[in-house]
Amino acid sequence: MNIQIENLSKRYGLQTAVDKISFEVRTGEILGFLGPNGAGKSTSMKMITGYIGIGEGDILIGGRSVREHGDDLKRHIGYLPENNPLYLDMPIMDYLTFCASLQGVAKDKIQSRVRLMVNICGLQAEKHKKIGELSKGYRQRVGLAQAMIHDPAILILDEPTTGLDPNQIVEIRKLIREIGKEKTVILSTHILPEVEATCDRILIINKGKIVANGTAETLRKQATGNELVKVQIEDGVHQQILSALELLPSIEKALPVDTETNRFEIHSKLGMSSKRDLFQLCVEKGWVLGELTPVETRLEDIFRNLTLN
Amino acid sequence: MHPIWIIAKRELGSFFDSLIAYIMLVLFLGFSGFFTWLLGSDVFFVGQASLESFFNVSYWTLFFFIPALTMRLLAEEKKTGTIELLLTKAVTDRQLVVGKFLSTFLLILIALLFTFSYVITISSIGDIDTGEVVCGYVGLLFMSAMYISIGLYASSITSNQIVAFLCALLIELFFHIIFGTLAQQLSGWAGALLHGLSLTNHFESIIRGVLDTRDVIYFISITLVGLLLSELSLTKRHTV
Repeated sequence: MNIQIENLSKRYGLQTAVDKISFEVRTGEILGFLGPNGAGKSTSMKMITGYIGIGEGDILIGGRSVREHGDDLKRHIGYLPENNPLYLDMPIMDYLTFCASLQGVAKDKIQSRVRLMVNICGLQAEKHKKIGELSKGYRQRVGLAQAMIHDPAILILDEPTTGLDPNQIVEIRKLIREIGKEKTVILSTHILPEVEATCDRILIINKGKIVANGTAETLRKQATGNELVKVQIEDGVHQQILSALELLPSIEKALPVDTETNRFEIHSKLGMSSKRDLFQLCVEKGWVLGELTPVETRLEDIFRNLTLN
Repeated sequence: MHPIWIIAKRELGSFFDSLIAYIMLVLFLGFSGFFTWLLGSDVFFVGQASLESFFNVSYWTLFFFIPALTMRLLAEEKKTGTIELLLTKAVTDRQLVVGKFLSTFLLILIALLFTFSYVITISSIGDIDTGEVVCGYVGLLFMSAMYISIGLYASSITSNQIVAFLCALLIELFFHIIFGTLAQQLSGWAGALLHGLSLTNHFESIIRGVLDTRDVIYFISITLVGLLLSELSLTKRHTV
């Protein structure tokens, strides 16, 4: 089930929380929703799930408008809200049964779905405990289990790995990737490596507007513009190497980093890669290519550049 | 299973799990039993096989107990954030409000069912007016429904349970005492209006054994207004 967001806006009094954003998420895609606090991520998610009304624009889920069919579309959405609110006085099994009944799971299938979720989310050992007795990590698993209990076509997860230990984080990421093969997943997080590890596409939102939309690779290219590589060439004289590098057609500029060890920072021309030319040059001149390291812009830097203006 | 019933069942279970239901039942039966059988205008003092003293005591105990039961219904969900969880499932605002209402109404019904032992005992010591007893119970149920809807509305406008309790008690106070007292001081249309709004007049009319359509309309309409306002209070989040 695809999600289409069309010119979506939401205002709280004079403050614009979401400002005419448009994007699409397809079935089998995991979208990472990034942005600083107060950027409008949770507001957008709340509008998609039908918890708060749409200001302007529209959200189409499977081609149907949330404005008109909001109550009906809720059945197809699994939602893990921010801070993972739960009924702490309920035992896990009762809580999942309650959620399954509310989401309209057939009576004869409820128990099998509950058992499946308990197994998938690793709640077997704790299943008879009250939610209030669980650690934060286990509570997060219960939150995920309730979101998936009715096998929804769409999953909206607001910071799903908060409070989990590193082992649990790996497990949950793996689980989300598995689920994401068949379903439409929107995942919001502050943990940037998580987005790279889990998501097919990244959407960065700042002050209610989309400031970046693409794969991690695309964003890196957009952020750096030209290819950047670090090289170290052995068996040559520094000045000769520098002159030869500057003559290569694919290189825009070569900056010496260390004259003794012949280390250079190579900036390629826009849309070109200089790696092949560098290799060929070393072969022709009989130099040894000691190091050739492409420099990637970290996602953190891209995020900071885009959100700190 | 219908969402209203699923919500009502969970809420009723939560009343019993948190001991609120047991405390309420013990206090309600304790108070009503004490004043029906042992103190004041009790059955032996009056010397009649009548449940009038029980209905009068319940009239006051429910006035205090119902806000205590309803104060958490929506305020707690708002405070813990579970309201977001509920309303993003296949549940409408109306179903949530009615489900919560139903849970408290069922708890009151259970409490009143326990008092049937009074009816059986009193009917064994003298001739009892069955019509009066039935009307008395109907009156208590109508009053409870009305106060639950008021309490639910109070709980929907805040996330603080104490505020919800006091707010419900304040609104109830108008229907319970203030409208009636003011109606006696005023004449003309204002007096008639306040007299019509006073719960006491309608309740007394019913427990006398007369089930007037005007009284039924009064209780049902105020209950519906309370439920509608609670729903509006929830749906307000879409526009704010």
